Amino acid sequence: MYHRPLEITTKVDQNLLDYIDNMITDKITEKLNSVQKQLEQTLAQGQSSATSQLSNRVTIVAFSGDMDKLIAALIIATGAMTMGMEVSMYFTFWALAALKKKSSLKGKLITDKLVALMLPSSPAHLGTSKMNMLGIGPTFFKYVMKKKNMMSLPDLISLARETGIRIIACQMAMEVMGIAKEELLDGLDFGGVATYLADARDSRVTLFI
Amino acid sequence: MADKYLDCTQLRCPMPIIKLSKELKQMTPGQTLAVEASDPAFASDVQAWVKTMGHELLELKEGPVQKAVIRKQ
Repeated sequence: MYHRPLEITTKVDQNLLDYIDNMITDKITEKLNSVQKQLEQTLAQGQSSATSQLSNRVTIVAFSGDMDKLIAALIIATGAMTMGMEVSMYFTFWALAALKKKSSLKGKLITDKLVALMLPSSPAHLGTSKMNMLGIGPTFFKYVMKKKNMMSLPDLISLARETGIRIIACQMAMEVMGIAKEELLDGLDFGGVATYLADARDSRVTLFI
Repeated sequence: MADKYLDCTQLRCPMPIIKLSKELKQMTPGQTLAVEASDPAFASDVQAWVKTMGHELLELKEGPVQKAVIRKQ
């Protein structure tokens, strides 16, 4: 059997219509508000993840003045350059010896002169972290490495400079050690902790060697 | 036959990868480069390097002298 839908024939009370209207408006506003809130949250999340994104950078603190440790640091740095990464190396304390072009005593305070006399005068004169044996160790290792066609520390430093690695010398450590800018290689950057942290905070790789 | 050949025998880490990266930079995408190296880490390094840089490793022969053929992407 087919029934015709019931037709509303009675005149609806105006108050009831208004009531229904208001109810619908309230419901829609409520729903819209919650959607908007969710949208804002998602957007905020997206923005924060975008700002904390890491750049393709390697930041290395070279602290040790040991030949072997510096060779490792420089091999990692030059390797990273070949992989399209940006590299910053911060040389501080004992590692500054690796950046020396010459050592001079001229015009230095007596304390700085003493330190200068006790520190290695160039990267070619650094000791090893193990088996140093009053300098016999490094001489032996340099001989072996040369025989096996491995790169020496001075070679790696020139390579690092050629490939465009940013080298920063720590100015405070330079003062402690009484090292003047003129004693270091040309074309270096100089800086402090903030210079390091500005790079390190968004680096994918950070090392302290 | 590869478009270019690079001799890295006698070179030690990190030189083979450095030379390889320099050479590939000067080539055009699609060209191939054959590299021979005697550094024992080369086989492992070249695989990791090619994967990271998004190039294609067409061939890798191990042995005392390792040979890799890479296609620039």
